[in-house]
Amino acid sequence: MGLKACLGVESTAHTFGVSIVTLDGKILSDEKAVYKPPMGRGIHPRESAQHHTKTAPTILQKAIEKAKIKPKNIVAVAFSQGPGLGPCLRTGATVARALASYLKVPLIPVHHAIGHIELAILTTGAKDPLVVLVSGGHTCIVAFAGGRWRVFGETEDITLGNLIDTYGREAGYPTPSGSAVEADAKKGKKFIDLPLTIKGNNVSYSGLLTAALNKLKGGKWRREDLSYSLQEAAFTALAETAERVLAFTEKDELLLAGGVAANRRLQEMLKAIAEEHKARFFVVPREYSGDCGAQIAWTGVLAYKHKVKVSIEKSFVKPKWRLDMVPIPWRKT
Amino acid sequence: MWMRLLRKGAEANIYLSTLIGRRVIVKKRIRKRYRIREIDKKLRDYRTVHEAQLLHQAKKAGVPTPTVYLVDREKFEVVMEYVEGVRLKDYLENGSLEKALKLCFQLGKLIGKLHLKGIVHGDLTTSNIILTKDWKMFMVDFGLGFYSKEVEDYGVDLYLLKQVFESFHYKIARKCFNHVLEGYRKTVGEEKFREVEKKIREIGVRGRYIPSEKRFHR
Repeated sequence: MGLKACLGVESTAHTFGVSIVTLDGKILSDEKAVYKPPMGRGIHPRESAQHHTKTAPTILQKAIEKAKIKPKNIVAVAFSQGPGLGPCLRTGATVARALASYLKVPLIPVHHAIGHIELAILTTGAKDPLVVLVSGGHTCIVAFAGGRWRVFGETEDITLGNLIDTYGREAGYPTPSGSAVEADAKKGKKFIDLPLTIKGNNVSYSGLLTAALNKLKGGKWRREDLSYSLQEAAFTALAETAERVLAFTEKDELLLAGGVAANRRLQEMLKAIAEEHKARFFVVPREYSGDCGAQIAWTGVLAYKHKVKVSIEKSFVKPKWRLDMVPIPWRKT
Repeated sequence: MWMRLLRKGAEANIYLSTLIGRRVIVKKRIRKRYRIREIDKKLRDYRTVHEAQLLHQAKKAGVPTPTVYLVDREKFEVVMEYVEGVRLKDYLENGSLEKALKLCFQLGKLIGKLHLKGIVHGDLTTSNIILTKDWKMFMVDFGLGFYSKEVEDYGVDLYLLKQVFESFHYKIARKCFNHVLEGYRKTVGEEKFREVEKKIREIGVRGRYIPSEKRFHR
């Protein structure tokens, strides 16, 4: 059984990734190429999709070679069906459909965010965690119950990744700007008052973004201080809602996943909260925090084992697929 | 003064204590390690004062709340009446559905009373409602509350409650929330109800990845 594997294709936004994961959860390969927009600009969906088209053959080949797997041992092909940028999703879907039909194996639709969660669970060993998922596409606090991941809290407007990237772009950092903003924030000392919006278990970041951009343009503040203040305000709001949900659900595990999970300051805050409530704290390993093929391949394995699949004719991408709409047959409450 | 920790919340620790011979709750907004001092102090101070005021104003609006006895701004403490009962959260999961729906209807009426007086609770979850032996509901935890005349804020208030039903009480979510809305309608009147109801829908669709036709509402 160990040899049989699922190949997963990720292409929701800036990353094109291919990974091969065995049915018992060994990641044999995880290759990716990341589209980097020109300085001062964000992701252009069409340009990103063109990047994926160009890099797909190389990444696919590398992933198969590195996994040292025979084509006949690939028993399923999974793809990121959504949510994400339409043109990017379609590029990945096209690759996956071609492969599945060539190999004559089932095509498996995977929800990108559930991919983040499942890979984080696989790589940390968490069992039934409260998940704080933070990335460019998602900012939500979810827990599993009754066959679905249920959203207990989320952003009411833009995501945390969005907030940091948009601010970073205007402040002159390259996109994606998470690590540059984090490094600069470490040099910040003075807290500049920025609005912090908590609505019950939800956060709202659009007001914070506007305020930060205005201060940036005002030119009165050091960039390091502003980056520091932005992180503190944004993370504090999220951390508080996470603590609210943790207290409400009484879960004994807290798991931080998604691209922004790589941020040390955010990790530190959530760890403190977990300790306060005697919950075990997990954070997805840095190499698997951002978008990658492995999240799709591994979730593909879980879905494959429960006969989840889609025919090629019906395998439309779903740019607006919501996390709590997806039935999860492989997880028990 | 002896204090026994009853519960750790996200905002504060809740202690049981006594004051001149009666049982009281001490809500203490402790320093949170994860926050930098500037933010920590600002939040604790603002919320301590506001919560005490809002608990009182809510009571004046006809919504049962614990009576505030003392506010200590230095220690970030509010001392209030101890209300004996169970959390609505626990009752909804374990009690009878028929009774639960009646309670939801009542809850809707209470929320309506708050909104009519321009008070927004800001954190309406089923763990912030205490159900007493004689089926009376007390509203607590006004730390995120504020005054507003905006329909948007009333909409968010109810939307948050809807979210709690959908995520935690998912088996009975639709029925429960519909009963809350009915109670609300009865209190605020048809015209205002329509405005708020429209807003709730708008807020839901504003969120991320909403195939708009799929979001259930009533």
